[in-house]
Amino acid sequence: MQGSVQLRSDPATQYLLRIGDTCLILGQRLGEWCGHAPVIEEDIALTNMALDLIGQARAVLTHAGKAQGFDEDQLAFLRDEPDYLNPTLVELPRGDFAFTMLRNLMVATWLKLLWQRLAASSDAELAAIAGKALKEARYHQQHAADWVVRLGDGTPESRRRSETALAQLWPYAAELFEADAVDDAARASGLGPGAAELQEPWLAEMDQVLAEAALTAPKESSFRSTGRRGIHSEHMGHLLAEMQHLQRAYPGGVW
Amino acid sequence: MTTALAASRAERAWAVLDGVPDPEVPALSVRDLGIVRDVLDHGDGLEIVLTPTYSGCPATEVIERSVLDALAAAGLGPARVTLRRAPAWTTDWMSEAGKRKLRDYGIAPPGPALAEGEQPIRIVGRRADAVDCPRCGSPRTERLSAFGSTACKSLYRCLACREPFEHFKPI
Repeated sequence: MQGSVQLRSDPATQYLLRIGDTCLILGQRLGEWCGHAPVIEEDIALTNMALDLIGQARAVLTHAGKAQGFDEDQLAFLRDEPDYLNPTLVELPRGDFAFTMLRNLMVATWLKLLWQRLAASSDAELAAIAGKALKEARYHQQHAADWVVRLGDGTPESRRRSETALAQLWPYAAELFEADAVDDAARASGLGPGAAELQEPWLAEMDQVLAEAALTAPKESSFRSTGRRGIHSEHMGHLLAEMQHLQRAYPGGVW
Repeated sequence: MTTALAASRAERAWAVLDGVPDPEVPALSVRDLGIVRDVLDHGDGLEIVLTPTYSGCPATEVIERSVLDALAAAGLGPARVTLRRAPAWTTDWMSEAGKRKLRDYGIAPPGPALAEGEQPIRIVGRRADAVDCPRCGSPRTERLSAFGSTACKSLYRCLACREPFEHFKPI
């Protein structure tokens, strides 16, 4: 059994892990749709987007681990649960198609706004990764927006499912915009934007799509998820068990 | 003298790269695709600078290997490949010859990539960009799926000749 790696977690490393882990974990969730999507075009679309996200995760995790001598695979497969810093939103089980599409819209919109700003990062490597990822996030956002409108403003059944998904997912958005010391340090050093500054543009784009889908965002609640601080939902351990199994059981195994 | 020799070695490498096909779209060479950004001769070996197309493109590693194999087979080794991420690859770097080959192969080539900067999401009255059918040339086509057999392509259907075809997305 392969043991875990332990990263020194300075603010810049944590900031990078939050981004890389968001891509990695959502990529893992989207990959679960392979062979299960309602039509083959969507099966292909979801796994294509999973590939994009995993590619982005590889680049960011490689960059995050480099200074401490860890590679992308060690970071992806050999950390313990509290060392993953993705927001809880992306680790929730994939749910039905309405749930997946709404979450994709929420995350792709957020990532698009983030990559736009990271393209001007003081960290040249991160800026280069962002320049590429931004183009991909735009396609992901457009794809999800099309479906959220189609399902929200569709049949009674698709509408019911969309409303359920919205009620379930919306409370997890608040975490994305909670500022803390990691964000403050990133903003001060020019590494990237603080979490709070993405909230207003994110809401504006989400409102536009939800209005077209005839859906209404739930009221703000006091619930706060805490994945970005390493405190995850009960679903994360199950996801990691599946994702890490091979590397843990067969250390260094490659294709 | 040294300079002239060095230049010719790099030039021969460029010519070899003309014959290295993209593994996903073999009608195109890696040069047609515009991913070969530079060929540098360091004296003790060549450095081929590639810019990957998509972050998750599984072909990237195959391309690296086929580039090195082709250069070795042409007696131009040793060589190494380095990846340059910035500026990000755009379909605008695809050569005109490449776009022609793509059309002949049955894939509608990409139009100009959208300008960088703020691009509002288009929802109301949204239409996919007009794409001409690569078989009959008709502009009467419709998009079936935003993603095709690879991340770089989407799926279309021609309403005139009724043939389905792929479109290389502008990015």
